[in-house]
Amino acid sequence: MTTVPAAAPSSGPGYTSSDAQALSAAPARPRPAPPGPVTAALTFAWRALLKIRRIPEQLSDVIAVPVVFTLLFTYLFGGALAGSPHRYLQFLLPGTLVMAVLLATMYTGVNLNGDLAKGVYDRFRTLRIWQPAPIVGALIGDALRYLLASALVTGLGLLLGYRPHGGVGGVLIAIALVVVFAVALSWVFTLLGLVLRSASAIMSLAVVVLFPLTLASNAFVEPGTMPGWLRAVVHANPVTQLVTTTRAAMDGTVTAVQIATVLAASAALVAVFGPLTMRAYRRHE
Amino acid sequence: MEAAAELAIQATGLTKRFAATVALDGVDLTVPAGTIYGFLGPNGAGKTTTLRILATLLRADSGTARVLGHDVAREPDAVRARISLAGQSAALDEDLTARENLRVLGRLIGHHSRASRSRAQELLDAFGLADAADRPVKTWSGGMRRRLDLAASLIATPELLFLDEPTSGLDPSSRAQVWDTVRALAEAGTTVLLTTQYLDEADRLAARIAVIDHGTVIAEGTPGDLKAATGAGQLHVQLAAPEQAPQAAAALRRVLDLPVRPGTDPGSLSVAGPAADQAALAVAHLHRNSIPVAAFALARPSLDEVFLALTTRAADDSADPAKEPVV
Repeated sequence: MTTVPAAAPSSGPGYTSSDAQALSAAPARPRPAPPGPVTAALTFAWRALLKIRRIPEQLSDVIAVPVVFTLLFTYLFGGALAGSPHRYLQFLLPGTLVMAVLLATMYTGVNLNGDLAKGVYDRFRTLRIWQPAPIVGALIGDALRYLLASALVTGLGLLLGYRPHGGVGGVLIAIALVVVFAVALSWVFTLLGLVLRSASAIMSLAVVVLFPLTLASNAFVEPGTMPGWLRAVVHANPVTQLVTTTRAAMDGTVTAVQIATVLAASAALVAVFGPLTMRAYRRHE
Repeated sequence: MEAAAELAIQATGLTKRFAATVALDGVDLTVPAGTIYGFLGPNGAGKTTTLRILATLLRADSGTARVLGHDVAREPDAVRARISLAGQSAALDEDLTARENLRVLGRLIGHHSRASRSRAQELLDAFGLADAADRPVKTWSGGMRRRLDLAASLIATPELLFLDEPTSGLDPSSRAQVWDTVRALAEAGTTVLLTTQYLDEADRLAARIAVIDHGTVIAEGTPGDLKAATGAGQLHVQLAAPEQAPQAAAALRRVLDLPVRPGTDPGSLSVAGPAADQAALAVAHLHRNSIPVAAFALARPSLDEVFLALTTRAADDSADPAKEPVV
């Protein structure tokens, strides 16, 4: 009688082999041809929407921030800056639209960083798909969030008495430009999401960058009364260009050059931060 | 004996360094196709790093690796088209339901909407997860998540499955379920590279085992090879009368010339390392001296003992710069 503890029979205590039988009932499936870039990116966009449906509270940033900022700025500064909240709103609304949507871009980095920490992307990266698809798909999902924020700001503005002279077409052009620029700016945050270690690091950096960027612009006041050096900063700030164009679109006075400038600035952001993001993504360990 | 095409994995001299730490210090690995191959080592030995390099998630600093005939660094897409990854380093979307997880992955593998839906259902049924399929994964138990993770890696049957510590943290019955699934897969022709720190897991599943420690493979072979290489096993004796233990110990020592240790039960004794025929003589000697024996056993060394012997040897060998940085 020789017992061999190390090579004991394979079944553990209380175990039934139903699993192995069941597995053979799930037939092997050959691998289909890999999806094209569009299918892959749209699948990731669908994933982003599923996540929003499961945790709708993550939309609070694109719901609460725009509403709070629009109300706060209108009634806090309206009387002092323009004589009345109603009159200030005519100037302010395109500015809050830009600020609300640009502030939402930081969550692109925060969400990507969280996904990477959980290891979900390990599985994605072992799939034979167009490599930028996970990030492009996430940005499509973000574009929808930006649209939601835009619709809220605009809707609230109309409710409070904002009257865009550019009509429906002007408003749609304005929103489209803001969303395009925000998606382009999001590539900065995808890079930060990959390079920085934690979500809180991204948030603090984002606050340091985004608040000066949006406040040191013509979003809330005309730069006429500012000291010369600040005026220079405001004029050099790409957000100023975006706000001017957005305002012009809503007023119905936008020019093709203004639109082209915003699109060019967006393209430049993607051209620089897109490849940097993908490089960091491929090298992410 | 086999042509190169029969090798699922062929890695030579893989090195990888993270900042000041040497994670891999020249890993060689040859895994024949169609088997379960155990990759065994303590935490931080380099198992997961090796696996991530082979699964195209990491680039080695030097060395080459071919997976299913394709170079992992130069032809990652060809490798990705034929492998799957599951275990601790893979993961699921916790916010989504199981069905949503499987459907998203099904689309990403290339199934059309309807095929990804039906494959998800098929896998949920096969893995006994259908009842919980529409609950978010974050509400699931660890064992169920691990089964879903395994299911997710089988949406398209891979030629090679990387399993990174698939049962760490699972209760015994969940472990046994994962084991049987892995066996069934291997029987159907999938090669499995399984990393584990559990020796019994490697022993039960793997046809061959490589032992890794401090970023190098320190032993390789079948479980039997490894046990044989570390020497003989243990003789356990249970005396009918526990009070005879002192005489019995003396008698065993006389015959075997080896140290005799008392066991945990009263009247039980064990001797490490006797050859089988010597052990038989020793038990006969007890009988001749009127010391009745209730039971005895000659155990081969467990892989735990093999592993301890191997890694202790490596640790004694202090010429390892990765382990002992000279400051």
